[in-house]
Amino acid sequence: MASRYIANTAAEQKRMLGVIGAGSLEELLVKIPAKARLSRPLSIRAALAETDLIRHMKALAARNADADSHVCFMGAGSYDHYVPSPINHLISRGEFFTAYTPYQPEASQGTLRTIYEYQTMIAELTGMDVANASIYDGASSLAEAALMAHAVTDRREVVLSRGVNPLHRRVVATYCEGPGIKLRDAGAPDGVTDLEAAKTLVGAKTAALVVQTPNFYGCLEDVSAAAEIAHAAGALLVVVADPVNLGVLEGPGKLGADIVVGEGQGLGVPMSFGGPNLGVFAAKKELVRRMPGRLVGATVDKDGARGFVLTLQTREQHIRRAKATSNICTNVALCALMATIYLATLGRHGLVKVGELSAAKAHYAAERLSKVSGVALRFGAPFFKEFTLKLPKPPERVVTKLAKQGFLAGVPLKTFDRGLADCLLIAVTEKRTKAEIDGFAAALEKAVA
Amino acid sequence: MSNIPKDLKYTREHEWAKAEGDRVRVGITAYAQEQLGDVVFVELPKVGTKVTAKKPFGVVESVKAVSDLFAPVSGEVVEVNGELPNKPETVNQDPYGKGWMIVVKPSSKADWDQLLTAQQYEEFLKQGGH
Repeated sequence: MASRYIANTAAEQKRMLGVIGAGSLEELLVKIPAKARLSRPLSIRAALAETDLIRHMKALAARNADADSHVCFMGAGSYDHYVPSPINHLISRGEFFTAYTPYQPEASQGTLRTIYEYQTMIAELTGMDVANASIYDGASSLAEAALMAHAVTDRREVVLSRGVNPLHRRVVATYCEGPGIKLRDAGAPDGVTDLEAAKTLVGAKTAALVVQTPNFYGCLEDVSAAAEIAHAAGALLVVVADPVNLGVLEGPGKLGADIVVGEGQGLGVPMSFGGPNLGVFAAKKELVRRMPGRLVGATVDKDGARGFVLTLQTREQHIRRAKATSNICTNVALCALMATIYLATLGRHGLVKVGELSAAKAHYAAERLSKVSGVALRFGAPFFKEFTLKLPKPPERVVTKLAKQGFLAGVPLKTFDRGLADCLLIAVTEKRTKAEIDGFAAALEKAVA
Repeated sequence: MSNIPKDLKYTREHEWAKAEGDRVRVGITAYAQEQLGDVVFVELPKVGTKVTAKKPFGVVESVKAVSDLFAPVSGEVVEVNGELPNKPETVNQDPYGKGWMIVVKPSSKADWDQLLTAQQYEEFLKQGGH
């Protein structure tokens, strides 16, 4: 049978079989035990015409519950923030439409310039001296920060708050296994890092203390106090932050962070069922030579005109080989471009507004939802745009019920923390309306009754 | 031929070593800095670090390349040239003087005897230097 996807023809196959002395394809496979072979054709339906295929795929896609079809209160690291329409139009331009930093970078001045602007904006938001061109996602940024802290301090332990996104903590564990960096958990029983406990864990062997703010449970951490603990032991403070919040919240660099990382998806990158995302990475200037990833710098050419280059490449794998600071040789250029356009579109005022509206609506929602009988805020600590609710019914079942009524109710915490099996993590962005929040509260009331 | 002071000893990786009482001062040779070109960054160990003969103790980076610095002798670092991180060009300007890198207190005398004399180093360079 002629196949569209197998390049060689029947005549060519016959010639190839002749060369190796096999009479037929069947004879070639005779050594494979019969029981390991499929004795019938694959059950794949006949090819569809393009219009039929599109209809079929659309029908499949319609079975998804997404942030367009449902009112989204899910967060836990990926947020339903508004994506301004210029982003999609601009990134679709041929000059920009690549996932990579260019291989002949200096020939692509436009791309380098957007990356330079991205770095500048991230450095300003995080309150740090220098930001790289981005890496894969928040999780890999955090893992790279742990490796960098180890390289800077020559110490082999990293203390991670349990308030750090548990999925990101797992990626850190994977990265740290090879170099033998030991991870220690600092608890967060009341929704924020137990700093007294952290203090006993941070010592002469500690490369870094890692806290996330707002943390996985939505609560705000005392970054300055964490910085004091880390620095007193000669360790670095790594802060995980969501840059879209930093129009309102203080840049962690101003509170003592040595490295700031985070998931930048909120900056105009669609949730897309979990990726591609945007790994934000920023550090203090004196640590720049240990920083992973690509870095664009501004300079002048021989005529004195401004231009952009990839700088400090001697940190990188293609020059430094085994001694490179990291094996990251690329960035998520397209997502970084989305973030750049997002920040340029919103401007200073717009970003502040996004933060203020998200926080105000989250607080309204928390107040409204905790009035539902049997429902209460799990933690007393101040939160920003996300909070943990304790429910009187199993959260998984509540979520399933509410999905049928058009709500993505939140993220049940049982899979992340058994002690929080009765809890639901709820995120509220500037996109939610009062009517949606009120409707959600009414639906929740019925679902837990 | 580059300047090769007679009173120093040398490694095949182009470091020089100078005996100063019971200590050894270390830098890179004039030949090394010429080959590297403009030095833009020098990374040195901290005082108290243990170094091992023929093993890397730091990094020198030029506009052309990044190279490891190899310890001529084993021992403990007792002094580090704190000027170099801010003025890496000193390595090019004065490799045997202000461009020194570390001072080591050797753990034994054996390594010293393994090092090349000025004459041997000159021969080594004449043969291509690697």
